[in-house]
Formats: sequence, structure tokens, C-alpha cells
Amino acid sequence: MAVLEDLYREIILDHYRNPRNRGELPSPPAHRAEGFNPLCGDEILVWVEFDGERVHDVKVGGQGCSISQSSASMMSTAVKGRTVEESRAVMRAVKAMMSIHESRLDGDGKEISEPVAPDPGVDLGDLAALRGVVKFPVRIKCATLSWNTLAQVLDEAEAGTAPQG
Amino acid sequence: MALDVAGIRNEFPILCHTEAERRLVFLDSAASSQKPRAVLGAMDDYYECHHANVHRGVYALAEEATAAYEAARLAVARFIGAPSPRGVIFTKNATEAINLVAHSFGRARLRAGDAVLLTEMEHHANLVPWLMLAEERGVELRYLRIDDQGQLDLTDLDQLLDGVRLVAVTAASNVLGTLNPVRRLTDAAHAAGAVVLVDGAQFVPHMTTRVADLGCDFLAFSGHKMCGPTGIGVLWGREDLLDSMPAFLGGGEMIRDVRLDGWSPNELPWKFEAGTPPIAEAVGLGAAVAWLDNLGMDAVREHEISLTAYALATLAERHGDALQVFGPADPTQRGGVVSFTYNDIHPHDLSQVLDQAGVCVRAGHHCAKPLMRRLGVGATARASFYVYNDEADVDALSDALLAATDLFAPA
Repeated sequence: MAVLEDLYREIILDHYRNPRNRGELPSPPAHRAEGFNPLCGDEILVWVEFDGERVHDVKVGGQGCSISQSSASMMSTAVKGRTVEESRAVMRAVKAMMSIHESRLDGDGKEISEPVAPDPGVDLGDLAALRGVVKFPVRIKCATLSWNTLAQVLDEAEAGTAPQG
Repeated sequence: MALDVAGIRNEFPILCHTEAERRLVFLDSAASSQKPRAVLGAMDDYYECHHANVHRGVYALAEEATAAYEAARLAVARFIGAPSPRGVIFTKNATEAINLVAHSFGRARLRAGDAVLLTEMEHHANLVPWLMLAEERGVELRYLRIDDQGQLDLTDLDQLLDGVRLVAVTAASNVLGTLNPVRRLTDAAHAAGAVVLVDGAQFVPHMTTRVADLGCDFLAFSGHKMCGPTGIGVLWGREDLLDSMPAFLGGGEMIRDVRLDGWSPNELPWKFEAGTPPIAEAVGLGAAVAWLDNLGMDAVREHEISLTAYALATLAERHGDALQVFGPADPTQRGGVVSFTYNDIHPHDLSQVLDQAGVCVRAGHHCAKPLMRRLGVGATARASFYVYNDEADVDALSDALLAATDLFAPA
């Protein structure tokens, strides 16, 4: 049986108790997105201010469990200062670590399930502490909530959608 | 008479697996109850010996299936004190029952500017169908608020009822446990010319239900919260109302005649049961109400009051201010649903830690997000009791909470 210590690593609890980059950014110019976990009601707000191709600043708001909040805190420190492309690479690495598979049916109706492939050479740093979440499948959604919300911000920014207040 | 909980537990296979390392402390019956052998056996027997489609064949087996299905309807009618089985419509669950009323009654009878009165403690199942209707038809939604004890504030009831055509209210809150004054509401609503739908999902499984005493026009509930299977629920309705309402889903079974240029509806209750119904599930629900009847619903309610009283007292004594319980303090004023927050630990984390001790509690918004906002919390943990729970389950919950404190105590 999975043990709680796999899930609640000290680094995770530290980010939960002392969340980094907590707050808001004026929007515009910052881009903003909201993420919801309908299962438990967790809500995450992510603001990103871009400097050209680079994530100049990130702020995180909302409320939720220790996994969603610490993951959001770690996400903010991991992408701040990186380019959009580098941020996406970290995101893929986190999803790969969570064993997230993308499923589809092929022409014969056979299910193809492929793990998200991480880019080689991405250093996860503190984020590696989230590895234990895999043993608690229900909590994977908590851990990926902020990342999916970030993806929304990046997509909107790249699509040239004007920031919404 | 007090319930023999040890004996009852023996009738639930999931609660007495001999290979289990420890006792299953199942405190999530408000989400879905476990099933006794009597229900599982009735469904197996139906499939093994009596299955055919209902209301179709003339052969003996088809007649047996039809008889079993209609016997279940009769058992449910008796269980809720309905004047006849004609008003008992089998649905998928309480949610579908409410949607049936919103679609059929709502779209036929409600016009732009008409008002529907709800409460801020409703489950999403009794909110979203009305929000959809409001968007589509311009129906106005009004809400009864709650006070700090989790009771409905009825101060402005008569004023709020002015112009209301339908009142939809839960008999028992799935978050607060609050038992609402349904009779007072139905009397006031009828005096104002409104019809009343009662969401009985958290009420019918737990206490004696008589539709005449509730005074409502519609009653919705689910089978799986009352020892029955999933996939079966009930809408009871006043027959004159149901007769005057348009059909909901179209298809086989619900028609009297079909031509290429038209159709006419079947009689009640089949008018609202399009397609092959969940026959085995109805049989299972029939067995469930027989099983509950045998325990006695007054005894079920008594057990629930005494266990809730024990839980509220024990948790307060052992955990003091660390634990905040929502809803009425008096166990006789509430159902066996105890929502709480604990030591600022997020309910999702709390539930995870409790699970390690074999304690199953629900964590989240309980499909009542507007109520969560009113309470000023994002989520709560919720322990809910049924006939197979006893004080040992409450003690296990209480012990497990201490483990959570240790883990999440500030470093």
C-alpha cells in the first residue's frame, strides 16, 4: 500500500505552508487564466507577464489542497524567467513524471495509450518531490491543475488573445 | 427498538470481508450507501430466473419480469405512503427526476417573469435544471437564505412567494444535515398558488416518509442512497399534475399509439418511462425498501439521531476548537450528515490521511458550491451515517483525525 510519506514530502509541505509568488498581477498587461478541479472544488488563478518570449513574472491565487497549492507554488518558481518553450518543456516533464497517458482509438478501435514524452535534459528540481503523487491517482488532478492553467495562459498569449482582466 | 448493528453489518458483504486487514469504516453513505445481501440476491435471482423485457411479450417469462417490475413500483409506493403506484415513476436517479419536472412541468407551465423559489442549500441537482430553465425561458429564480445555524430563514417567506409558480426545496441538506420545515413550506406555497417539488435524496433513505404529511406535489429520490442499486431513482407526483404534464423522453413504452403523422401518450406512470427501463435495478430497489421496512424506518431514524449525537459530542470533546462542524447543533433537528473542517487542513488532504486508517469520508464541495460560498469555505470534509455504522466508526474517525494533525502541524 502506498504510504502517506510518499505523497506529503517535506518540500511539498514547505511550499504549501510558504507558497511562493502568491498574489496578483495587473491584467492587462499580464495574461490571466482560471483553473477548476470539479472533483474537489479547488480553484487556481495564474497571472503571467511576458517580456517578449520570456515569462517575466508569475503570480498564483486561489485555494485548494496541499498538493494543488504546492504544485502551483513550485510551478511558479520553475517557469519564472524561462522562455515559453522552456516552460512547456518543464510542463511536459511534470506530466511525464505523473505518468499521464494520452489515449486515443486507432482505426481498428484499438486503444493507443502513450505516455507524455518528456524532453531530455529538463531539470525538475523541487518538482521531483511530486513523483509520489503517482501512487495516489485521484490526486494527480490536484498536482496538474496549476500546470493546465498555465498552459491555458501560454496558449492564449501565443494565440495573441488580448489579456482579459 | 434499537438497531442490531452487528447483525446488520453481517448482511453487507462489503463490510465483512474476512480477508480484510481491518474494519472498513464507511462514512460516506450520503454519497451512496452499501448494499445488503437481500438486494444483491434479489437482482441475481431476477437475472438468473425471470429476465425478459417488460410490458412486451405474452410468454410467461415476460409476464414474470413485468410482475417483478410492477411489484417493485407498488413496494416503493407503499414505502412513501403514495395513494397509488400510478404516481410512482422510475427514473435513473433523483437528478433525472428533478430534470423531468423542470423539462415537462417547467417548460409547459412556466413563462418569462414567473418565479421559482429555491434555497441556497440546494444540491446542484436541484439548482442547475432551474438555472437552465431560467436561461432558456427567462424564469426568475429566488432563494431562501440560511442563518448561521444552517436553518432556512423564513422571515420573508410570504413576500418571496409572491409570483412564485414552483418551489423546489430539499427535505434534508446533504451538507448541513438540516431537516427543513417542508410542511410549513408546502402550506405557504400552496396558499400562494405554487406547486412544490421536494428533493428527498437525503430524507427518504433515513426516515418514515409519507407524501401526504410532507404535503408536496412532487418528491424525488435515488435508490442507491437507500441500500438499492445505482441506476434507479423515483419521481413521485400528484396524479392530476402528472396527467396534465407533457411527456418527457419519447420512445417505446411511453406511447399509446404512433402514426407517421403523430402519437399519443401512454397512461401513468409509463407515459414518463420511455424505452426499456432499469428492470433489475427496480427489483433491487423493491428489495431495499422491503429490507428497510423490516428494520423499521422509525428505528432507522432513532439510530441515526443517537449516533449523530454521539459523534457531535465525541468530536467536540476530543478535538475542541480544532474542529468546526456546520449545521444545526441539535441532533433531532438534523440528519446523520456531519460536515466539518479541521485545523485548517484542506478536506482533500484530511480525507487522504483518514483513508490510510480505513476511514472513508467525502471531501469537497458536495455538489453544493453556492452553499460552500455562503459558508465561506472552499470545501468541507463530511462523515455521514447509516444503519450499519456505530460508535466504533465514530471513534475510528476521531482517532484518525489526530494522525492528520501530526502530519500537517506547522514545521
